[in-house]
Amino acid sequence: MKRSKTMELGVGLFMLAGILGLLFLALRVSGLSLEPPADDFRLEANFANIGGLKSRARVTMAGVTVGRVESVELDPEWYDARVVLTLDDELEASLPEDTTAAILTSGLLGEQYVGLSVGGAPEMLADGDRIRDTQSALVLEELIQQFVSNMAKE
Amino acid sequence: MMATIQRLGRRGCDVTEGLGRATLMLAQSAIGVPSVEGLRLWLRQMHFVGVMSLAIVLVSGLFIGMVLGLQGYTLLVDFGAEEALGQMVALSLLRELAPVVAALLFAGRAGSALTAEIGLMKATEQLTSMEMIGVDPLRRIVAPRLWAGFVALPLLTIGFGVIGIWGGELVGVKWLGVFEGSYWGNMQASVGFADDVLNGLIKSLVFAVVVTWIAVYQGYALLPTSEGIARATTRTVVHASLAVLGLDFVLTALMFGGLS
Repeated sequence: MKRSKTMELGVGLFMLAGILGLLFLALRVSGLSLEPPADDFRLEANFANIGGLKSRARVTMAGVTVGRVESVELDPEWYDARVVLTLDDELEASLPEDTTAAILTSGLLGEQYVGLSVGGAPEMLADGDRIRDTQSALVLEELIQQFVSNMAKE
Repeated sequence: MMATIQRLGRRGCDVTEGLGRATLMLAQSAIGVPSVEGLRLWLRQMHFVGVMSLAIVLVSGLFIGMVLGLQGYTLLVDFGAEEALGQMVALSLLRELAPVVAALLFAGRAGSALTAEIGLMKATEQLTSMEMIGVDPLRRIVAPRLWAGFVALPLLTIGFGVIGIWGGELVGVKWLGVFEGSYWGNMQASVGFADDVLNGLIKSLVFAVVVTWIAVYQGYALLPTSEGIARATTRTVVHASLAVLGLDFVLTALMFGGLS
């Protein structure tokens, strides 16, 4: 085997390139984070209608992503949707108690996400608390229905 | 009438026998403790099967990514949703195109060469001579080639995906003017590591096993004539391509079809 050294180098580079590519796919494309999952800061919020919100959707504040939707399930007590939000732990104990959560849509056809806006109450939300003031998703069919029934009244 | 049924039966027996032989070959060659010498042989095959296939795979990946960017843009811009270009390019590449197209190219580029090489060894009775001097051709010839294929194709698939996503960015962002932040941002929001990247890799690992196995077996079991080599090489490409496309449907149904 004459060109064994160059061959080994070539194969080594090839495998290295493969591993780097996988790293690129993990970090840049799928947005996986190498940092250990920060200490969870969970909030609950009940919505009358979540539209098309799914788990893993973004939670934003002033447009900046501050967390993700962890789970969406039906609350059998009130028959509304209970959404668990996981937020950056640096926000823990710095969100006022009257913070509101709304389900918004990015663009006309984009995905739905949760937008938080801050209130002014002196008490702060702690881990596991519930956001009381929520605003449901905009459902296009309901809007059209309203519009049509208003038209009929006139 | 009886003759037809008999021919059908003989055909069935042949197919079953072939499958059994192929499985035996896979079990006897692929499973075993690797030696230093085996590692060196594997490295040599990795060079031939992997590094030498890199160029065709990367160039195809770049063009497929660019086409996806172009087609996706013209499709999405009608709905004002060109921000979703990133996720469309990334998801279609990672879930489908990278594993399948890389496997098809691999079957054509490396699989046919493996069949022809082993077939010629058999036709010139090199395999028999090896047995005569006490070297097991399954361990010496077949095993390094199988393992090189198993490792090389997933790596090639990763390269295909990465360069395709870059090609999509090249066309979508740099040329057609999709905002760069939404290209990557939408992609990261919708692509999951375990759901999409790992499932795509599992797919390509399955394809790697199937394609290399078919290629090596066709070479190992062919009729040792020049015509036999020609037929076996064609059969490798045809069987491997059909197996990849058929398995792709099954795997997609299992992974993304909502069956669980």
